[in-house]
Amino acid sequence: MNQLTESPDHVRHTGHPRKGFFTDTSICIGCKACEVACKEWNRNPHDSEYELLKSSYDNTGSLGADTWRHVAFIEQDREQIGRARESGRALVSLGMPSFGPPGQDQASNLAGADTTPPDTSDFRWLMSSDVCKHCTNAGCLDVCPTGALFRTEHGTVVVQDDVCNGCGTCVAGCPFGVIERRSDGTAGPKAKRDFTPGEQAPTRNVGVAQKCTLCHDRIVDGQTPACAQACPTTSIKYGEREDMVAAAKERVAQLHAQGLTEARLYGANDSDGVGGTGSVFLLLDEPEVYGLPPDPRVPTADLPRMFKRAGIAAAGMLAAATAAFLVGGRA
Amino acid sequence: MTVSGFDDYRPPEPPRRRKLGGKLRRAGTGEGRGEVPVVPEAEFTSYYGRPVVKPPPWGDPIAVYLFLGGVAGGSALLGVGGQLTGRPILCRNSRLAALAAVGVGAVALVADLGRPERFLNMLRTIKPTSPMSLGSWILTAFSAGAGVSAVSEIDRMTGSRLPLGPLRRLLRVLEGPAGVEAAVFAAPLSVYTAVLLSDTANPTWNAAREDLPFVFVSSASLAAAGLAMITTPAEEAGPARALAVLGVAGELTAIRFMEKNMDPVAAEPLHLDGPGRMLAWSERLAVAGGAGALIGGRHRLTAAISGVVLLGASALTRFGILRAGIRSTENPRYTIEPQKSRLAARRRAGVIHDSITTSE
Ligand code: SF4
Ligand code: SF4
Ligand code: SF4
Repeated sequence: MNQLTESPDHVRHTGHPRKGFFTDTSICIGCKACEVACKEWNRNPHDSEYELLKSSYDNTGSLGADTWRHVAFIEQDREQIGRARESGRALVSLGMPSFGPPGQDQASNLAGADTTPPDTSDFRWLMSSDVCKHCTNAGCLDVCPTGALFRTEHGTVVVQDDVCNGCGTCVAGCPFGVIERRSDGTAGPKAKRDFTPGEQAPTRNVGVAQKCTLCHDRIVDGQTPACAQACPTTSIKYGEREDMVAAAKERVAQLHAQGLTEARLYGANDSDGVGGTGSVFLLLDEPEVYGLPPDPRVPTADLPRMFKRAGIAAAGMLAAATAAFLVGGRA
Repeated sequence: MTVSGFDDYRPPEPPRRRKLGGKLRRAGTGEGRGEVPVVPEAEFTSYYGRPVVKPPPWGDPIAVYLFLGGVAGGSALLGVGGQLTGRPILCRNSRLAALAAVGVGAVALVADLGRPERFLNMLRTIKPTSPMSLGSWILTAFSAGAGVSAVSEIDRMTGSRLPLGPLRRLLRVLEGPAGVEAAVFAAPLSVYTAVLLSDTANPTWNAAREDLPFVFVSSASLAAAGLAMITTPAEEAGPARALAVLGVAGELTAIRFMEKNMDPVAAEPLHLDGPGRMLAWSERLAVAGGAGALIGGRHRLTAAISGVVLLGASALTRFGILRAGIRSTENPRYTIEPQKSRLAARRRAGVIHDSITTSE
């Protein structure tokens, strides 16, 4: 990393512990309570006129301006399960991340354990509740020109919707495709709230970048974020990030010991391309299967180099202009 | 599969495609069930073929801004050159061009905001990590100089009839320094947009980060030179012709280097469909315009036609690059494949500490 991006330690500059999620997809039942709770709490407009997307039980599609929690459904056959298990095993034998001598203990540990795949079934459903990663080095935050995106005292990344002017740079800056500019609100939730029932609720923040706030309005009051609170299986766990990472590591070891080598963590490594994520996931297949990037990298990591190249190019332009006047004949 | 009597009432299911599990195979991969490839295909998996990264909400106004920002920057350089080498017509026309281009460009930029009325929020802060923030300041600084020098020209053209009063004298004193000030910010104005595009998670723009600045300054130079060849008589337009030729040479070279340095998969959108055709035509027009400037540039009409062709080339480059990037987000393959191959390359090289996916 470089001087321009934050380091994991910088994030915790407020004295508050950094907050985060651990989403354990191995116990997710795909009930979408998190999606609904998030929509209700944040009064997000619905995304479409109830179209079916032909993607298993997922009719939401992806994260976006109006969807801050998204439950992915993947149907897999025996062959795909086998492949997931294999790729997980390959990951284990890489012994990564390794801070000591690479590989050895991990691989041998697992070799010793009973790793007979527990009845590889003919079919499985993968369900995973995706959310903003609240990256340590957040691409969206780095490139925001107005300062609308900021790092909160809890180490999360939040848009100030009264500051954002909707330039859209953050949308391009996020390596996970999370943040998006709200184009319009199709219709608001039709519930009995502080607006007239039966009438369309006003859509807030049109034209402004929107994403998960990690329920900033709740956590400042010591409450649990709406999605985590609504999750009936504790698949979504909320707490201090350190505890979340520890819980994630414990859980993945437990699954490995059961022979489920397909289990792996996503975002728990502070030396990855985004400096670790605030939302850590336990996945049961490669990240791209869930629509997650396999090797995300915060674009600002290369920014000093880009500035250097741009500087050379600018100097070249000046040189070309000077040369043009030198060879362009006397006036 | 019927598990209870009630299931009989279900409507008949449409025939399922076998790969329901979010598989999107690359074209050319056998779909057959019985086919067992000897070497496992380098397989590309995605979530129902849905995008991984999002396209920024940047439409044609942004491409127009990329184009006009370049024209403005190049024009300011020609303007200051004309100012220092005693070419009053080239100086005047270039100053006017710089102001017009930057003015219309800024309007296009504001129009594309989600909340145009909040455009001044861009100047709330100076953020070195945000090329958009630095660019807004560059644009502001440039506009100040370009504005003063161009208003002075307008005043002179209208026979000192602008209601300036005592400010006129100040204006005359300031126009020279203002032209120089604009020229200082001209090259940054032309180049920052390349960094703005590359400093994103967009597969194509990000992969082009090494050489896109060179493409953009070349495109800016040839466009501004083309405009000057249209507006300025051939006697004074010598430097513009030379700049046009240098710009064309620079762009042709830079594009080649850029594609060579890019991940081959991430570079694909530069050759596909609309953006691909735009970039191909941009190259042809650039060659034609450069040749026209070199061979027939002293002839007024040829020069003007070459100028139009060059402006067209630059506009096509900007539209092509912008749209190729937007296209590259539509297919998850452009995001996933380059990332997988760079991850695999690092692992082969023994670098295993920096993966986002970990087993412990
Ligand atoms: S996942 Fe995207 S939107 Fe969320 S903090 Fe990271 S870069 Fe920003
Ligand atoms: S859209 Fe808003 S939050 Fe996103 S970069 Fe622009 S000003 Fe910042
Ligand atoms: S933390 Fe709050 S805003 Fe974020 S996904 Fe959960 S409910 Fe939605």
